[in-house]
Amino acid sequence: MITIKNYIRASSLQEAYDLNQSKQNRIIGGMLWIKMASSNVNTIIDLSGLGLDSITETDTEFSIGAMVTLRQLEMHQGLNNYTNNAIKNSVHDIVGVQFRNMATVGGSIFGRFGFSDVLTMFLTLDCDVELYKGGIIPLNKFSQMDRDNDILVRLIVKKTPGKFVYTSMRNTKTDFPVIACGVSCINGQYRFSIGARPGRALLLTDEKGILSNGLTKQSAESMAEWVSENIPTQSNIRGSAQYRTHLIKVLTKRSLLELEKVK
Amino acid sequence: MEITVNVNEHTIKSDIEPDCLLIDFLREHGCYSVKRGCETSNCGLCTVLLDGKPVLSCSMLAVRANGHTVHTLEGLQEEAKDFVEFIADQGADQCGFCNPGFVMNTISLLRENPDPTDDEIKSYLAGNLCRCSGYEGQLRGIRNYLNSKKA
Repeated sequence: MITIKNYIRASSLQEAYDLNQSKQNRIIGGMLWIKMASSNVNTIIDLSGLGLDSITETDTEFSIGAMVTLRQLEMHQGLNNYTNNAIKNSVHDIVGVQFRNMATVGGSIFGRFGFSDVLTMFLTLDCDVELYKGGIIPLNKFSQMDRDNDILVRLIVKKTPGKFVYTSMRNTKTDFPVIACGVSCINGQYRFSIGARPGRALLLTDEKGILSNGLTKQSAESMAEWVSENIPTQSNIRGSAQYRTHLIKVLTKRSLLELEKVK
Repeated sequence: MEITVNVNEHTIKSDIEPDCLLIDFLREHGCYSVKRGCETSNCGLCTVLLDGKPVLSCSMLAVRANGHTVHTLEGLQEEAKDFVEFIADQGADQCGFCNPGFVMNTISLLRENPDPTDDEIKSYLAGNLCRCSGYEGQLRGIRNYLNSKKA
């Protein structure tokens, strides 16, 4: 059970940042994960008054505020047109509509949780994160950094021409994924993002040129084999490492063949 | 800290602790349809509408509802009356514990999508768990209600 002494709805990012430098204080996104912790928090910092709850679209990019909910991602026509509904597919099995009306993009990405469908999906995109003090950095770099006391302000998804597919395997429909798999082809470069390994999502590219002569059933199988061999997995209550490695191979191949059908 | 929340068309001003959850705030003000279930944000039992959107009141600080509108089943009985009899006719209420959450989320579904397909109903209500029925009864009830409107 979490106990909270003070609540502050930050009036500026600087105020939120200053408060967040104390280890006894915590920022809340949707509060769904923090609520599960057993901890005593001095001050909860709420970012909901800072206008970070909208998605804006220009000709070249999407800007997604940290307080945008997963439901907003799911329902955003522009994002889903750009990603061939991959974004919608990545979040629609996350618990239920009520949960997705609360869970935030910032909470999921900043937490860099192993089970995160959101992190796995966004790694397949040409995506940067903007940190209040750390500036704009690629999401892939951010995903490997340790957690600190900076504040995630927004995600920037560049509209680089691409195709995207997202799949996951779950023991039951609304549970955490046993394995999550996002595959994209951006400007001719293939990306493979594997989450719920169960560690945090990892991104691979076709560095061996396995698909350089085209995407066929055979090359997709070889690529999937290589991805499964190069993504470390572990066992937990949802599945064994061996099972996860097998699923990576199956879902990667399936996603590549699906990618070929995307117009 | 003092908050002002419009609950079921009534303005409530209250002094609360910072870690007071919305579910506890609502129950303290007589909304007993809002129930605590799984405590892991998974079961949908505590569903209420915040500014018209379904949320889990067990996982939300009451202070975050400050200045907003909340509806619980107590305030939406007329709207629920239209379809709950169809669900009851299927015996889908059984023990009844999950019903308020199911009904609240169904209201939200039908406001958002007045003519959903079976897959859309299942998808929207996936965050409401029922340990009695296997969900088929609820689905049949909602489908019969929708068919009755078209007849």
